[in-house]
Amino acid sequence: MDDILNVQNLETRFKVKGGWNHAVNGVSFRVSEGETLGIVGESGCGKSVSVMSITRLIPIPPGQITAGTAMFGGRDLLKLSDQELSKVRGAEIGMVYQEPMTAFNPVLSIGRQLTEPLEVHQGLTRQQANARAEELLSLVGIPNPKERMRDYPHQFSGGMRQRAMIAMALVCSPKLLIADEPTTALDVTIQAQIVRLVKELRQQLGMSIIWITHDLSLIAGLAHRIVVMYAGYVIEEAPIKKLYANPSHPYTMGLLNSLPRLDESEHRRLESIDGLPPILHKKPSGCPFAPRCRFVVERCHREVPALLTVEEDHRAACWVNPHTRRER
Amino acid sequence: MAETPLAIAVEQKESLFRRFVYQFLKHGMAVFWSMILLGIIVLVAGAPLFQRYSPTDQDLYNRFQPPSAEHWMGTDDLGRDMWSRTINGGRISLVVGLLAMSIAIGIGTLVGLLSGFFGGWVDAVLMRLTEIFQSVPRLFLLLVLTTFLRQLDLPWLRPGTFWPIAAVIGGLSWMGVARLVRGNTMELRDQEFVLAARMIGVGNLRILLRHILPNVASPIIVTATLGLAGAIITESGLSYLGFGVQLPTPTWGNMLSATQKYLTSAPWMAIFPGMMIFLVVIAINYLGDGLRDALDPYHVEKGEK
Repeated sequence: MDDILNVQNLETRFKVKGGWNHAVNGVSFRVSEGETLGIVGESGCGKSVSVMSITRLIPIPPGQITAGTAMFGGRDLLKLSDQELSKVRGAEIGMVYQEPMTAFNPVLSIGRQLTEPLEVHQGLTRQQANARAEELLSLVGIPNPKERMRDYPHQFSGGMRQRAMIAMALVCSPKLLIADEPTTALDVTIQAQIVRLVKELRQQLGMSIIWITHDLSLIAGLAHRIVVMYAGYVIEEAPIKKLYANPSHPYTMGLLNSLPRLDESEHRRLESIDGLPPILHKKPSGCPFAPRCRFVVERCHREVPALLTVEEDHRAACWVNPHTRRER
Repeated sequence: MAETPLAIAVEQKESLFRRFVYQFLKHGMAVFWSMILLGIIVLVAGAPLFQRYSPTDQDLYNRFQPPSAEHWMGTDDLGRDMWSRTINGGRISLVVGLLAMSIAIGIGTLVGLLSGFFGGWVDAVLMRLTEIFQSVPRLFLLLVLTTFLRQLDLPWLRPGTFWPIAAVIGGLSWMGVARLVRGNTMELRDQEFVLAARMIGVGNLRILLRHILPNVASPIIVTATLGLAGAIITESGLSYLGFGVQLPTPTWGNMLSATQKYLTSAPWMAIFPGMMIFLVVIAINYLGDGLRDALDPYHVEKGEK
């Protein structure tokens, strides 16, 4: 299948007091048509910064994209002019944010905000835009869309707001939907509803999705492929089933072991990964996970591991095969 | 993440405007003084209907008449009817106040928005400009400029018109607004909904006008009312000193300037225009107070006092 987005070797850093914070260090991933890609990792591992860099929404300065390409529909998003980029944002790429309250303007009605992308990109009349927005609101499961259009964000509940946010992201029928931890701020029951909704929408509209989350259990039923990030590196990439069945990076294994499982026969203590992800003020000379790793060998401190092929479409950035404890 | 204040203030379904009206009506003093202000505005706007004599007709046989059934507010040193002059004088005072305030709000909002939104060197330049304006002795500059503008014989600056004085007052009182708007804009600029708007592909201009401006509207409205009171006082002060709108056109300020000599013999000449200034300014201040309570969600509880 054709790639809708192909990111290669993306590097982003932020100026901080006395140097740089290397947030994204040579990240590559791709999303094919109709595919849902999950990007997983702890807080601060560069998930959001990666996708924000692609759409160039990081604040510049202090942010700086120092290398990489992001091919989207035959163009490199990182090289587009601001004007060309504005035409892509909202029209071809929709975005859903973590906190739906702050992502809406408190003084504008939901309707006016929903129709804004249509006005900006398609030049529809107010009436046409309203009709389209209502259609989207009912598509995302908001009852009485006509009346709710006149409401303000604070009159929506959290789950409703996130539905409206999704409607706003989809109103121009984008080819790619980026969801940046869209369920983190919601109740567990509402999370499930949102996930179900996105699955339905994906089936009806056929867009590709990048779903950023730190919740491996949530993404399991949703994504086709997973990219695991750590300290600004992609450390493992695999189709969802292979990743869960055969995690090949100690960090991924740690993440999975920290989750409770339904199919376990006996109770066990959930494992945790000691320590915190590092903030990189300079590029590391070895594996960034080495200080927290149980399988560390001498080479890990010497060389940043490359993404090595485990199986055909399964790659992991580790010098050691954690199942055999041998170096690859 | 904290809920935005609006969400705390209203749980039920009601429009922002209705909530605003409700909050405002709860503020008794604001409602009372708004009625007074409205009454004065009606009188002043309809001055030709309510006047009993021409405000400029002199009647030298009836100078210094105390208030009576014939002359409700007495007559002045040239026998002109004070009632007619007072309500007509208000026209200039209020219009100059409104104009000056609009100019100040316009400049201040523009400077504040640009400065706060773009930051960097734009901010640096505009803020230094603001500080320069703030550090100039205002009264002195007002006097010089009004005199200077009156000497230029530009068609729209003919003597007796109020444009120059409004422009000068407005041009010298936008700094507070600029700083206020700048601060609010800087805070809003980093909010997620601005990022979201940008992600939709909205350009800078539209973000400024459509997403940021409505969010700073309430502080602007409040400052505008308070600025209106200030502008009226400044105009009166200038006219009192003889640098404002020139006689025989009456304004509350220049009506006062003639009264010093007669304070003991004909106090009504000072009392009535002075009282009008006082009433209007205090009414506007209460109005501003009420507006602030109604528009600012943090003031909801205190609004009942």
